[in-house]
Amino acid sequence: MKRTTHKLGETVLAHIVLIVLSFLCLFFFYILLVNATRSHADLQKGFSWIPGNYFFENLKSVANDGSFPMFKGIVNSLIVSTCSAALCTYFSALTAYGLYAYQFRFKKLAFTFIMAILVMPTQVTAMGFLRLMTNIGLYDSLLPLIIPSIASPAVFYFMYSYLKSSLPLSLVEAARIDGSSEFLTFNRIVIPIMKPAMAVQAIFTFVGSWNNYFVPALIIQSKDKMTVPILIATLRGADYMNFDMGKIYMMITVAIVPIIIVYLLLSKYIIAGITLGGVKE
Amino acid sequence: MNKKKLHLCYAKWGYIFILPFFVTFFIFSLIPLVDTVRYSFYEYYRSGIKEVGPNFVGLKNYLELLHSDMLSYAGNTMVLWLIGFVPQIVIALLLANWFTDLRLRLRGKQFFKVVIYLPNLIMASAFAMLFFALFSTNGPINSILMSFGFTNEPIDFMGTTFGTRSLVGLMNFLMWFGNTTIMLMAAIMGISPDIFEACELDGCGSVKRFFYITLPMIRPILAYTLITSIIGGLQMFDVPQILTNGQGNPDRTSMTLIMFLNSHLKSRNYGMAGALSVYLFLVSSVLCFIVYRMTNNEDRPSSKALKKMKGGSDS
Repeated sequence: MKRTTHKLGETVLAHIVLIVLSFLCLFFFYILLVNATRSHADLQKGFSWIPGNYFFENLKSVANDGSFPMFKGIVNSLIVSTCSAALCTYFSALTAYGLYAYQFRFKKLAFTFIMAILVMPTQVTAMGFLRLMTNIGLYDSLLPLIIPSIASPAVFYFMYSYLKSSLPLSLVEAARIDGSSEFLTFNRIVIPIMKPAMAVQAIFTFVGSWNNYFVPALIIQSKDKMTVPILIATLRGADYMNFDMGKIYMMITVAIVPIIIVYLLLSKYIIAGITLGGVKE
Repeated sequence: MNKKKLHLCYAKWGYIFILPFFVTFFIFSLIPLVDTVRYSFYEYYRSGIKEVGPNFVGLKNYLELLHSDMLSYAGNTMVLWLIGFVPQIVIALLLANWFTDLRLRLRGKQFFKVVIYLPNLIMASAFAMLFFALFSTNGPINSILMSFGFTNEPIDFMGTTFGTRSLVGLMNFLMWFGNTTIMLMAAIMGISPDIFEACELDGCGSVKRFFYITLPMIRPILAYTLITSIIGGLQMFDVPQILTNGQGNPDRTSMTLIMFLNSHLKSRNYGMAGALSVYLFLVSSVLCFIVYRMTNNEDRPSSKALKKMKGGSDS
């Protein structure tokens, strides 16, 4: 009897803590959304909990602002993130399959090497990376933000673990007996089996690339090639006090909301994918 | 014997399949790394439009860094990381324990999981810009605080060391506690229910169960979380950079190591940037080695979680 009441107390406490934390998580985004719908003059008067009706006005002024080409930035970010996600998942799966399904001399060495650099920060090679890109003429281009994603040790590790648990090698043997070439086997048999893993990793790579700020800020110089995070940073560096605040909130909204929408649509898979990923920064 | 022959003639495909990874890694990571290490021994910077160097100076850059503010920036990075990490791990343990305790009747579990993980996916730079706007002296947070009568004067959050550091810590906490909760949850669900049942029969309550069963059982994944979080903390950049516009205000007390590296890179001081990178590389190597040992152990932390997620399918 006493025991059940004790558990009841803990249940209530757990709910209270969870509600407070959820409030904390959502509160700032709520203010953001409310402020994005209000005009500069309204915002100067103080905070209001009720949204205004200035949403489209603000959106229009963000779209027409030549000094912060937000929509061009979104297009750039979309290009970089989509290409990175595609390259990263395909080649990580290919590498994982190569190391899982074949026996060769340097197999163990190659695997050990990738595991050793699993969590190495990219920042430590940034200086050489910047010099190399300058020397081969890729400075101020989107390519250096895309191509390096082919070599992603963490995604490789994820794919490798997945292969180990879900691809019986007899299936590969069977395909060989049927006369399938090795590449065809990978594309037609292995990829369909790995689809769930690839989907999860595509989402995480996309989001990571979308949010990436350090490397793009070093490489990109011209305004029409800037990705969203760099534009946000330029916004912070500019003479901020003279700006239309409604527009600033709208710019942040435009940078954040696409990811939130994708997340809400795919949250089930994303949440399940976090623990599968295991290795994240 | 037949099998061996088969492997032999297919071996070349193994090499072909892993080739793109290693070529990319070689070009975009290894060459830059070697270049970085090389120039760390040179005097090589740009002042105005004039380029000085490269002149070989041995360990001068390394020694100069030790006498610069690098160590205090390292201290800042650690303080900023701790302010975010300590509440993060405490809350995550508490939540993970509640989420997995079937005797509690928690409602809307999925909803809470979705909400607490949400900030992790938000663009850190946009999140920092948002906080900068919200917590500025004439921003909405001050307006709310004044309307409730908590304060008469607007608070200058970003004018004090304590305020700025707390804001960075709060952002890091919000961005990572959901992720850690879900990781720890998977670890707790990986513990055999028999153990919990046995402890129940022996009459231990929630608190005892947590400290004597759960905590020791998830120690590997806790250690793993700790190390990966330290590596993440070492890389802390976006949030303080945007919040303080790269200045690390006030008085550079929120300047992190990567912000320091970034300022050297922006001013094209390759020698100093190189030496700083090598210091960071050495520290990360040690941490990488620890992670390597953990992930390659027989009972590696993520393998249990992995099996659980796959519905116990055989590996």
